[in-house]
Amino acid sequence: MTDADARAARAAVPIAPGRAPADRQAPGGAGPLAQDQITAEIVQEHEAYAKRVAAGEPELHHAARDFTPYRSSLLRHPEQPPVTVRDPEAVELTGPVFGVTDVTALDNDLTRQHAGEPLGERITVTGRVLDRAGRPVRGQLVEIWQANASGRYAHQRDDHPAPLDPNFTGVGRCLTDGEGNYTFTTVRPGAYPWRNHANAWRPAHIHFSLFGTAFTQRLVTQMYFPGDPLFRFDPIFNSVPDERARQRMIAGYDHDLSVPEWSLGYRFDIVLDGPAATWTEPAE
Amino acid sequence: MTALPPTPSQTVGPFYGYALPFPGGGDLVPPGHPDAILLHGHVYDGAGAPVPDALLEFWQADPAGGLAGAPGTLRRDPVTGAVAGRDPVRFTGFGRVPTDADGHWTLRTLRPGGAPYLAVCVHARGLLHHLYTRAYLAAEPGDPLLDSLDPARRATLIAGEESPGVHRFDIRLQSADPAEETVFLDFPTT
Ligand SMILES: [Fe+2]
Repeated sequence: MTDADARAARAAVPIAPGRAPADRQAPGGAGPLAQDQITAEIVQEHEAYAKRVAAGEPELHHAARDFTPYRSSLLRHPEQPPVTVRDPEAVELTGPVFGVTDVTALDNDLTRQHAGEPLGERITVTGRVLDRAGRPVRGQLVEIWQANASGRYAHQRDDHPAPLDPNFTGVGRCLTDGEGNYTFTTVRPGAYPWRNHANAWRPAHIHFSLFGTAFTQRLVTQMYFPGDPLFRFDPIFNSVPDERARQRMIAGYDHDLSVPEWSLGYRFDIVLDGPAATWTEPAE
Repeated sequence: MTALPPTPSQTVGPFYGYALPFPGGGDLVPPGHPDAILLHGHVYDGAGAPVPDALLEFWQADPAGGLAGAPGTLRRDPVTGAVAGRDPVRFTGFGRVPTDADGHWTLRTLRPGGAPYLAVCVHARGLLHHLYTRAYLAAEPGDPLLDSLDPARRATLIAGEESPGVHRFDIRLQSADPAEETVFLDFPTT
């Protein structure tokens, strides 16, 4: 059962307290797929990774393409290794550009897109987008989406029984400035349940989509909040095997970014992987 | 030089619908454009089932082979904030299309000049990292990537012409048969 399918099926499957509905049964009718099993799989994967690194294999920055604890990955990852392209003429070493016509000034304030103000804890999230050489990614598109403060997405297929907020869609976009900086004003998203396994909950997160100077630098990721107690239970967060790499997905609370009587501030700097366009300006 | 460690990739998940797709995302040129071609296909998972929640992105050269692109893919109305439609003159080179309930997608574009392919980026729930591939509009002897592939796998990158101006490009995310699984690409940071 995949997470979206399962969440879509939620309305049709009443959940009796203490009894897992049929769609939560593990294959073979062995009972619900328990958090303990998922957690054990996560620990096993992380330990195996640590052993490989100790044996001299390189540290990894990203998740493996198949990560068993995240059940939706099972049928959707390629079995064949990717083919490496080193062609300096590759089209992918250039990429789409965006400009002032592609965003409006209000797009980066998710609290001002409706007649009223959304419920929740108002936050600002700001950061700098760099390539791996440390060069700022200028004038590029940053897009975000998130659940509302109650953990509910404004999406027809999300039927988590938490309230929708008529004043919150949870979508924002902006262009990075001349230094690679972006800023969003929003509300802190709530944690939400999903159907990867019994009692599966996602830690609070904001989805981010970014473009670099080259198509090869495309990044879609999720920003997490510091100290979330759900981290160790979540197969998506833990799909990244390297502890330090996981830490790079967690925003920092930055008191200097908090605005008195108004909002709490978080900093989330982003480094895009992949080769940059060959025509970018030299490193600063 | 020590490269900065990158931010890890995470899945796009199932709920990007209000954020990423936009009206006209698959129309790099308007319907009725005399030189338009259609590129379309299905996305399938490892069980052969259509993937109804994938998001495909395309980047390509303009008909003259230019790769500078142009802004204006998702122009916005400054009064209402609504999508105002793509720049009607400049070819932006970028498309974004979600698959439909049957895992199908369609792109309306112009034949790229120079390099004979469209770069494709696949996002989907279940993909922890997006996947790159290429749609070649014809078999291209001499293309360094195609020439490097086993002929059976090479075929997965060729978007054959089904009828005049209509090209078919199916994407198989996984297959027990290596010849059936779409060739995906990796671009190392060097
Ligand atoms: Fe999410």
